[in-house]
Amino acid sequence: MYVLRRVLLLIPVLLGLTIITFTLSNGVTNPVSAWTTDRTPPAVVEQIRKAHHFDEPFVIQYYYYLSDLFHGDWGLSHSQSDEPVLSVIRRTFPATIELATFATILQIAVGLPLGIISAVKKDKPLDHGSRLLALSGASFPVFWLALMMQYVFFYTLRLHGLPYLPSAGQVDSMVEINNPLKTVTGFVILDSLLTWNIPVLKDALVHIIMPAICDGFTGLGLITRITRSSMLEVLRQDYVTLARAKGLTERAVIYKHALKNAINPSITIIGTSFGFILAGAPLTETVFSWPGMGKWAAYAIVSNDTASIMGFVLVTGVIYVVVNLLVDVLYSVVDPRIRYG
Amino acid sequence: MSKLKVPGLTLPKKYESNIRELRYSVYLLKHSALAVFGISIVATIIAVAVLAPYVAPYAPEAFVWQDKLQPPSLQHLFGTDDRGGDVFSRVLFGYRIDLAISASVVVFAATIGTVLGSLAGFFQRIDELLMRVTDVFLSVPSLILAMAFGAVLGRTPTNLVIALAISWWPVYARLVRGQVLVEKQKLYVEAARASGGGAARILFRHILPNSIYPILVNATLDLGAVILTTASLSFLGFGVEPGSAELGRMVADGRAYVFTNPWIVGFPGLAILIASLGLNLVGDGVRDVLDPRLRR
Repeated sequence: MYVLRRVLLLIPVLLGLTIITFTLSNGVTNPVSAWTTDRTPPAVVEQIRKAHHFDEPFVIQYYYYLSDLFHGDWGLSHSQSDEPVLSVIRRTFPATIELATFATILQIAVGLPLGIISAVKKDKPLDHGSRLLALSGASFPVFWLALMMQYVFFYTLRLHGLPYLPSAGQVDSMVEINNPLKTVTGFVILDSLLTWNIPVLKDALVHIIMPAICDGFTGLGLITRITRSSMLEVLRQDYVTLARAKGLTERAVIYKHALKNAINPSITIIGTSFGFILAGAPLTETVFSWPGMGKWAAYAIVSNDTASIMGFVLVTGVIYVVVNLLVDVLYSVVDPRIRYG
Repeated sequence: MSKLKVPGLTLPKKYESNIRELRYSVYLLKHSALAVFGISIVATIIAVAVLAPYVAPYAPEAFVWQDKLQPPSLQHLFGTDDRGGDVFSRVLFGYRIDLAISASVVVFAATIGTVLGSLAGFFQRIDELLMRVTDVFLSVPSLILAMAFGAVLGRTPTNLVIALAISWWPVYARLVRGQVLVEKQKLYVEAARASGGGAARILFRHILPNSIYPILVNATLDLGAVILTTASLSFLGFGVEPGSAELGRMVADGRAYVFTNPWIVGFPGLAILIASLGLNLVGDGVRDVLDPRLRR
C-alpha cells in the first residue's frame, strides 16, 4: 500500500516537471526558431507554426508536447548534428549512470565508516578531521578538483615516468580496437564483465577512478555528517546504555545495536547524493571527456541547443525522482514504522 | 533578570530574552575554533572584494602581451594568463563579481520564498497549490533547474541571478511556511486579530518579524552552496562573457593551459574553494549553535 501511494505521488511531480520544460521551451523561447533562420520567408514560418500546432492555445500545445514526449519525440539535438534527443540520451545514458554508481559506492564505502568513527570519537581530533574533510568536500568546485587531479595524477606522474591515471575518456581507443567489446547493455564495465573481456574491463576501471573520486568527494561530507549525527542520537538512547551495562564490548554495542538504528537517515541521503552527482555530471564529464549525458548537456549549453538541455533536465529529473522513490521504498522495508505510520 | 547593558542603547524589556539567546549563541560561536576561522576567511574575502580597486596591483583588464604566461613571481604573485593579465588582480576582482551574484541570488530567493511561503502558511486555500509547486522544484537538483532557466533566458549575469533565484526559492518558501504555521497558533496573533488587525497587518507586522530569524540563518547556511553553484554555472558558460574576470570563467578560460601553465587555473579555483569553505565553516558553526541537540 505504502509503495503504491508513493508511486502515485510521482505523477503530479513528473507532470509539474514537464510543465516547467514546456513553459521554457514553448513559452519563453520561440519554438519555431529551432527550424528557421532570419531569412526564412514568413509563409514558411507560418506553415511550420501550423504543422507543429504552435498556433493553438497553450493548453492544447501542452497536450501535443506531452503526447510527443510519450511517443519518444523529444526533438532534435542541434549540437549533435540533429540526432534525435532520445537517441542521444540512449547512447550517453549508460556512461553517466556507470560513473554516478561508482561514485556513490565510493561515497558509501568511505563516508559511512568515517561518520561512525566521528560519532564514537566525538570532539576528538579524528572527529574534527572528518568534519574538515566533509566540509571541504562540500566546498570544492568539482570542475577545478577534476582539473587539478588531472594535473597531478596524469600530467605530473607521467612527466616523472611514474605509473599514471588516464586523463580522458572511458576506454582507451587502442585497447578497444584490439579487443572489440560486444554491446549487451551499453554499460562498458558491465558488458566487459558479461563477455569476459578482461583488457577492456581493466582499462575501463582505470579510467573511471579519477572521475569517480572527483564526483564522490563532493557528496562525501553529506553522508558522513548525517551518519555522525544520527549515530550520536542513537548512542544517547537508553537501550545503548543497557547494552553497555550488560557488559557487551564497545564494538558489539556500536555495530550490533546502535548502527542498525542509526543507518536509516544515511540510506535516505544516498538518493539526494546521487542526484547531486548527476547534477554535477556536466562539470566532471566535460573535464574528463567522459562520453555521458553531462558532456552532451554542457556542449548543448554553449551551442544554445534548447531541445537537448530540456531533454537532459527531464531525464535527470526522472532519474532523481525514481532513485529517491527506490530509496524511500528501501527505507520502508528497513523501518516498518514508515509503512504503517 | 538584571538589566541588559548594550552601550548607547536601551532596549525595551520585551526583547530581553531574545537578546540573551543571541548573546549565548554568539558566545558558543566564539568558542568554536572552526567557526572563528570561517568568519575570519569570510571577513577577509568581503574586504578584498570591496577594496579590490585599491588593493589589486593591476587592473583586471590590463593585458600586457609581452608578459603572458609568466609563472608566479614578485611582480605577478599568481603569474599571468594567456593574454598577459595579472591573475592575482583578476582573482581579487573576481571575488567582487562572484560575491555580488551570490548575494543577490540569496536575497532574491529569500524574498520570493518569504512572500510565497508566508502566504501559503497564512491562507489555507493556496497552501496546497504552492506546496505542490515547491515539490516539483525540489524534485530536481537546483543546478539542473538553473541550467534550464539559464539556457532559455540567455547568458548574462542578470539572467544567471534570475535563473539561480528561481531554482532556489522553494527551500525558503517551505521554511517560512512552516514557521508561519507555528506562529499563527500563538496567542499574540489571536490578540492582534481580536484588536481588529487585518490579514495583511497580522501577517506582515506580527507574524513575519517573529519568523525572520530562521530565514537569516538559512541564508548564511546557503551562501557557500550558492557561490559554488554560481562558479559552476559560469564555468559551463552561463553568466559573464568569456574572458571576464569571474572566478569560474577564469578556470574555464585557462583549461587549455592546465598542464603547461597550471597557475592560470589553479589560483582562481583555489579562490573559489577558500570562499565556499569559509562560508560553509560559518554555516556549520551557526547550525551547531542553533541545534540544541548538538550542544551537549
